[in-house]
Amino acid sequence: MSDKKYLFKRNNVWWVKLAVPLSLRSELGYDLRRTTGEKDLEKAIPIRDKIIEEFKTEFQIRKVNADDKGIVLRGTEHMQKTDISDPQYFHKVVDCQYACPAHTNVPEYIRLIAQKKYDDAYMLNWESNVFPGILGRTCDRPCEPACRRGRTHDKPVAICRLKRVTYDYKNDIDPYLPEIPKVKNGKKIGLIGAGPASLTVARDLLPLGYEVTIFEKDNKPGGLMRTNIPSFRLPAEVLDEEVYRIIKMGAELKTNSYIDSLENVIDSFDAVFVGTGAPKGKDLEIPGRKEASENIHIGIDWLTSIAFEHTKSIGKKVIVIGGGNTAMDCCRTAIRLGADDVKVTVRSPKSDMKASDWELEEAIDEGIPILDNTSPKEFLLDDEGKLKGMKFEKMEAQYTDGKRKLIPTGEEIIIECDDVLLAIGQDNAFPWIEKNIGIDFNEWDCPIVDKTTMQSSHPKVFFGGDAAWGPENIIWAVAHGHQAAISIDNFCSEVDLFDRPPPLTNLVSQKMGIHEWSYDNGISQEARLEVPHADLKEALNDLKMEVELGFDEKLALDEAQRCLNCDMQTVFQEKLCIECDACVDICPTDCITFTTNDTEEKVREKLRVPALNLDQDLYVSGKLATGRVMIKDEDMCVHCGLCAERCPTGAWDIQQNNYIEAHNLNKDKAKAKEVA
Amino acid sequence: MSYFKPINKHPNLEKNKLGLTRRDYEGGVSTLCAGCGHDSISACIIEACFRLNIEAYKVAKLSGIGCSSKAPAYFLNASHGFNSVHGRMPSIATGANCANEDLLYLGVSGDGDSASIGIGQFIHAIRRQVNMVYFVENNGTYGLTKGQFSATNDLESKNKYGEDNLFPPIDLTSMAIQMGASYVARSFSGDRDQLVPLIMGAIQHKGFALLDIISPCVTFNNHDSSTKSYDYIRNHNEAMGKTDFVPLGEEIKTNYDEGSSVEVKLHDGSRLSLEKTDNNFDPTDAGNSLDLIREKNKEGKIITGLLYVDNKCKSLTEIMDLPDKPLNTLEQDELCPGSEILEEINKSLS
Repeated sequence: MSDKKYLFKRNNVWWVKLAVPLSLRSELGYDLRRTTGEKDLEKAIPIRDKIIEEFKTEFQIRKVNADDKGIVLRGTEHMQKTDISDPQYFHKVVDCQYACPAHTNVPEYIRLIAQKKYDDAYMLNWESNVFPGILGRTCDRPCEPACRRGRTHDKPVAICRLKRVTYDYKNDIDPYLPEIPKVKNGKKIGLIGAGPASLTVARDLLPLGYEVTIFEKDNKPGGLMRTNIPSFRLPAEVLDEEVYRIIKMGAELKTNSYIDSLENVIDSFDAVFVGTGAPKGKDLEIPGRKEASENIHIGIDWLTSIAFEHTKSIGKKVIVIGGGNTAMDCCRTAIRLGADDVKVTVRSPKSDMKASDWELEEAIDEGIPILDNTSPKEFLLDDEGKLKGMKFEKMEAQYTDGKRKLIPTGEEIIIECDDVLLAIGQDNAFPWIEKNIGIDFNEWDCPIVDKTTMQSSHPKVFFGGDAAWGPENIIWAVAHGHQAAISIDNFCSEVDLFDRPPPLTNLVSQKMGIHEWSYDNGISQEARLEVPHADLKEALNDLKMEVELGFDEKLALDEAQRCLNCDMQTVFQEKLCIECDACVDICPTDCITFTTNDTEEKVREKLRVPALNLDQDLYVSGKLATGRVMIKDEDMCVHCGLCAERCPTGAWDIQQNNYIEAHNLNKDKAKAKEVA
Repeated sequence: MSYFKPINKHPNLEKNKLGLTRRDYEGGVSTLCAGCGHDSISACIIEACFRLNIEAYKVAKLSGIGCSSKAPAYFLNASHGFNSVHGRMPSIATGANCANEDLLYLGVSGDGDSASIGIGQFIHAIRRQVNMVYFVENNGTYGLTKGQFSATNDLESKNKYGEDNLFPPIDLTSMAIQMGASYVARSFSGDRDQLVPLIMGAIQHKGFALLDIISPCVTFNNHDSSTKSYDYIRNHNEAMGKTDFVPLGEEIKTNYDEGSSVEVKLHDGSRLSLEKTDNNFDPTDAGNSLDLIREKNKEGKIITGLLYVDNKCKSLTEIMDLPDKPLNTLEQDELCPGSEILEEINKSLS
């Protein structure tokens, strides 16, 4: 076993990750993870081996159970020929796009950046994720951990920061916006909350002739993007441009309009979309909470009051409780408001913190200590009844069967403070939805929403974003918005909600002549480029100064060249193959093997380099003249196209896989294609 | 067109005893036609050197002129190389072999280079038992000059333009056995399971090792009437029993039934394990080998595998009793016998 196999690092601690066999994924999820609790690789390795054994036993037990139930497991028969007409097959090869909830075509927009076609790159983003400038600064970036480059090289392409480049370098894109019909279709849609989910629904419905009304409780649209993301991460002008672009498409915006009764509005509309987010910050009920309430603030409310400039100062000593991204925003904001001693405390070990790695890093870089395994016990008051500090107890994490338990150690510490910010989670809350109008709620007071259609138990009411299933992030809200808009359009057109448009896909050969391809396969072997930052001292004194400066054009073009072009698919036709092995010999990462067919397990073992990453599929051809099959392990392919370049018969071809997730703007195209 | 291969490799790539991967034995990206059999042979040489833990700087690649003779540029980047005049590679190899026995000599030639212009050189290198591996990348055509017949093209095999071949072919394997080559094998570029062990055996063999490898020319000799096309060879290949190369000190891993394999011990103690065939073929009997080749030729079959091996022969440097050390490392006291010896010689002449 190689040194780091199955291991990955999270905040300097080694974790074990093992992919779940295909047949068990519906039960166990994609992979099993557990921390070794060790920072030292040497010490982590024996623990890793033990954990892997336990995981394997778990698989074995599940498999036996499955057999008992009479379920036929994939893998007892020879591998089937890969069906590349299934749009999901090549989509999955484009790791970044597959990981993105909105399935933005990342390699294509990076290619457009490389060609300096910033407007096109921006529009490609805008069509699929609606807020490229905002997301390019704040996205949770599920695409980056998925990036193939993280497997073939070291670090992923800086996808998120390249998205920002499309915003920073574009020109006027108004001419490319969809046309809004002057004659409306007569259907009225009410959107509650002006956050990313509702705005996406509005954008997807306006071009179809819907009349859209958005209700917002605050005096400006944007939702959490405005109230909870500090402007040193997301400048107001970026937010305003992208939010008002949608409003200007013809949505009627009603600000300062808190809806206190759904029943009152529901009859004025043909359908209602609820995108009210998760606006209720969790409180911490421990001794002293009531007495000291003047100096204890709910993190998201506090950030909101800063965004609207109601709050302009904070005490000198501040404790932030919580380990998520809100906690990071709170502590960094506090330091900019003039606090000179800010500490973050979190109950769990640092490695389990929910904050994105980069947001945690930014906070640490700004000199903020993170005290982990520290559980709040009591707010302490001085003689005058004012908050003077907090008592904490140190915890110890123990892991059994992959489950974490925090055990109190009895050791207590006291930290002085003037103010406390609580960032320990947030919930969606619907005090304004009447219980008797047909919307069912589950035991946790969350609405029951269909995962595909976003429809609630009331046929006219749809949910999306954090309002649907609790806190996620902007890109998920966008994805929900697209789906809800499709459903609303179906609903208003009296089409079955499950009759959804398929993705638009196209495979286009890139061959331009002998050995010539219409894409640039000369990838950069350089390491990931760092984004320039503003001077730390200046940034800490200015609440509105953007900390990240973004790539300049040269850095952007260099970084774009790191993309491996995973959308350029290697398409194989067995009837043309003469089995000369030229592709096998040229492949730089040894992904191609010609061998006899067998069960997936055995095939994975006998490849030129055994295919151990079960997350990645094998591309299996039909039978060749010699009775063998071609098997390509998609895991390490760098999409250089050399297999096709060295193929004498054109059995290999490089074809661009254009996968566009359906939304209302391209729905007609998708439907027409399906009919054809 | 790409001239470079991305430098990144599969992180789990196997390493040999030197800590090197297969990719460390590569050369430049081939500029031969896509699908050329010669590239497969290069890949097999890479594989064999990788598995034998050979240090590339202890290898000399020698070649003449032709498509085949370009091939050394596409493997073992870190080796020595000499690209000679057309057909004269055997002379260079002979000289180099005498001067430095420590290097491994890989001569890469083709049917034009060896069976036409260089045939005299070829024969004498065999006769002198030059310690080298001599690859004939045999495609039956002159690819570099647009597809004329070569001297190894079969009588019934037309050229790409439909013209008849008027002259019978030279069979390099029988000729080599007759001239005294001590390791003779024939293989097919498209069968690397067979070819890699044969190359490994040839490298470990001491003396002249000929590998006649049929290597289809995808551009000029891979058409329907060709007898050196991928399809024709696959349909007419009469492979001898499987050959396995067993490095020194390793157990045989293949599971032949007892008594069903023949072992040939090579000079360094490594072994070749040959699966026995029905006809009781004995690869150490030259007469037997020649008969078999002739017989299969008559049947229209192409016999491949290890055809002949003589593991007791003396190599060129042994025959000539040359010093074991490379000549350029000999010191003055080794080169100059000294005045006492000179006195003796002078005395004997007086």
